[in-house]
Amino acid sequence: MGIVKLPIGPQHPALKEPENFTITLDGERVIDVDIRIGYTHRGIEKLMESRTYTQNLYLVERICGICSYAHVENFTQNVEEILGLQIPKRAEYIRTLFLELERLHSHFLWLGVAGHEIGFDTLFMYTWQDREVVQDLLEMISGNRVNYAMNAIGGVRRDVSEEHRKKVLEGMDYLEKRTEYYKEVAINEKTILARAENVGILKPKVALKLAAVGPTARASGIMVDIRKDDPYASYPDIPFDVITTNTNDVLGRVVVRVLEVFESIKIIRYLMGHLPDGEIITKAPRKVPEGESISHTEAPRGEDFHYLRSNGTEKPERYKVRTPTLANLPAVAEMLKETYLADVPIIVAAIDPCMGCMDRVLLLKKGKEKPGELIDGERLRRYGIKWYAERGWKA
Amino acid sequence: MVCRKGVESIDILLTLLYLFIFPGFIFLFAFSLFTEYLDRKIYARMQRRVGPPFLQPFADLVKLSAKEDVVPENAERFMFTAAPIIGLAAIFAAFLYLPIVSSTGLHSFNGDLIVVLYLLTIPTLAMFLGGWYSGNVFGQKGGMRVASLLFSYEIPFFLTLLTPALIEGSWKMADIVTFEITHPLVFIISFLGFVIGLIALQGKLERLPFDIPEAETEIVAGPLVEYSGRRLALFRLARDAEMVVGAGLLAVVFLAGPEPIVHLEPVYLSWIVGALVFLAKTLFVIFLLILIKSAVARIRTDQMISFAYKWLIPLTLVQIFIAIIVRFLGGI
Repeated sequence: MGIVKLPIGPQHPALKEPENFTITLDGERVIDVDIRIGYTHRGIEKLMESRTYTQNLYLVERICGICSYAHVENFTQNVEEILGLQIPKRAEYIRTLFLELERLHSHFLWLGVAGHEIGFDTLFMYTWQDREVVQDLLEMISGNRVNYAMNAIGGVRRDVSEEHRKKVLEGMDYLEKRTEYYKEVAINEKTILARAENVGILKPKVALKLAAVGPTARASGIMVDIRKDDPYASYPDIPFDVITTNTNDVLGRVVVRVLEVFESIKIIRYLMGHLPDGEIITKAPRKVPEGESISHTEAPRGEDFHYLRSNGTEKPERYKVRTPTLANLPAVAEMLKETYLADVPIIVAAIDPCMGCMDRVLLLKKGKEKPGELIDGERLRRYGIKWYAERGWKA
Repeated sequence: MVCRKGVESIDILLTLLYLFIFPGFIFLFAFSLFTEYLDRKIYARMQRRVGPPFLQPFADLVKLSAKEDVVPENAERFMFTAAPIIGLAAIFAAFLYLPIVSSTGLHSFNGDLIVVLYLLTIPTLAMFLGGWYSGNVFGQKGGMRVASLLFSYEIPFFLTLLTPALIEGSWKMADIVTFEITHPLVFIISFLGFVIGLIALQGKLERLPFDIPEAETEIVAGPLVEYSGRRLALFRLARDAEMVVGAGLLAVVFLAGPEPIVHLEPVYLSWIVGALVFLAKTLFVIFLLILIKSAVARIRTDQMISFAYKWLIPLTLVQIFIAIIVRFLGGI
């Protein structure tokens, strides 16, 4: 067949969200990859500038459907820093509980997706069923499965009762047993090994140079974890280990995530055992004084970075989000070099991509194409009407 | 004269019955859909899902047949349409030679085993042609994968199915089944061959871990990517029927097919018993295929080829060697 260009995306079963990987193939071997992002830009940053801080709590949560809580946590931390608020200890513990529960369900979800990408649908169905246990716990405490609406500026909105505590601990026992089983499967199943070992190599030096984050970096032996490097919430109190492997391949990323599940279970048990008494929220003013703040958290996928500039009103002046997927994409391009077509889905999936969270405004500048320009809404409307009229369509 | 004519017309009637109703086309059609149901249901139960209702495969087929008829602009219309028909026809033809109701099929002759093996290769080629002429890069990639994997399972499948024939000394399936039932030791000697046959059949049917040609997460649906409506329905039916015929062939060659035959009067009673025995064995083989499917991940093209040449084919040669030694020692 010679050299072929295969478009993986924007619509493709391997991708859960629209992005484009144009792959140049020689037979089954990948020669070149061209990544194009920007299909799911939603204008959230701009939208935030026209809403109050309280409204933004619920908007920022919707940046991501999986790691929604990491974004809210970042947002509240930013606002609280500018306000100079000290939140109650109990609220911090409850926030940490949610961060870890979120990591659990995200890692279970990822394990299933990884299984699906290599055609192991049984693993997919099993892990997603176990993930329901976490989802039920989240729903029990917060009332919601995905976007928990748990945080308020100055604390959390709902308390964890004694009954909740018991249920969470029961859930952890069950999940620990299941994770032991998945660990066995991931490390011993022949076909998984065949597909994951020595696939998608990312050498530590390259990972550092390309600024990989989260489990992707940790699977290349780089000790990077915001929970340890720059502790937030109640992480300074909690004993836990940062998991790294040095296999640099997809199997390493599987192992890191599976072992991280154990760490999360450990953390949640500690939190439930040491939950301090007291208030869960302090009163916060509606207006935020002029100031700047950055906040980063270790989302399930890696470092999630937020920036806030306030101007003394009820609304932020500028908000900027950099999600872990964007940080890991250059590493994907590196990992895809010199692989087989069959490995492309699992390599892309191994960074646990969340394309919807990642897309921000892009200006495309490539070859002889004209560079893009920024236009306002009214001009965009006129441009649209003209574009359709030229093609004989009625607006 | 009058009397003979009557017998002849009954014979013709019986033959037509055999051809079209039982165990011919209509039966194969129904049984294929039933195996698809079993496949999906058992697979689902193993994954802790509910699975489809009983008539779902039939409903899918009807729905697809009623869909709009689409041939892509880039596709070669004739080949695009012919591929699924050729594939299905070859499978249906192969089914007639299998001994289902008694130790002989519709027409038993020396070498019918080879004919069935040959006919079973055609759907793979139809798949390749369908993908190639669909004019879609995913379809062509899938077609190439079909063709490049052909030999990695076809060689072990052919060789392993010939071992019982070697032991027995006949290419005739009727002889093989009657020989096996009178010499049960054959089952033990050819057990390795049965396992190889299962794995190779899994590859032939493009099921996990060998569903490389239509790997959903890589090349969407491979050769079938442009197929829709009636043509897709035919391809799917051919796939289901191929599973029945392939599993049936293994049941005949390694598990003695419809034997032991119980001779009952009138003759159709013993036919029914024979068919039930055959079906039970076929379903057993299909069950094993489903077990494999639910316990593994998909492997890569290069891994499949090296697996076939490093493991399957040498093991098949060992099996053949055993068969030759047994024969040299004077048989069983």
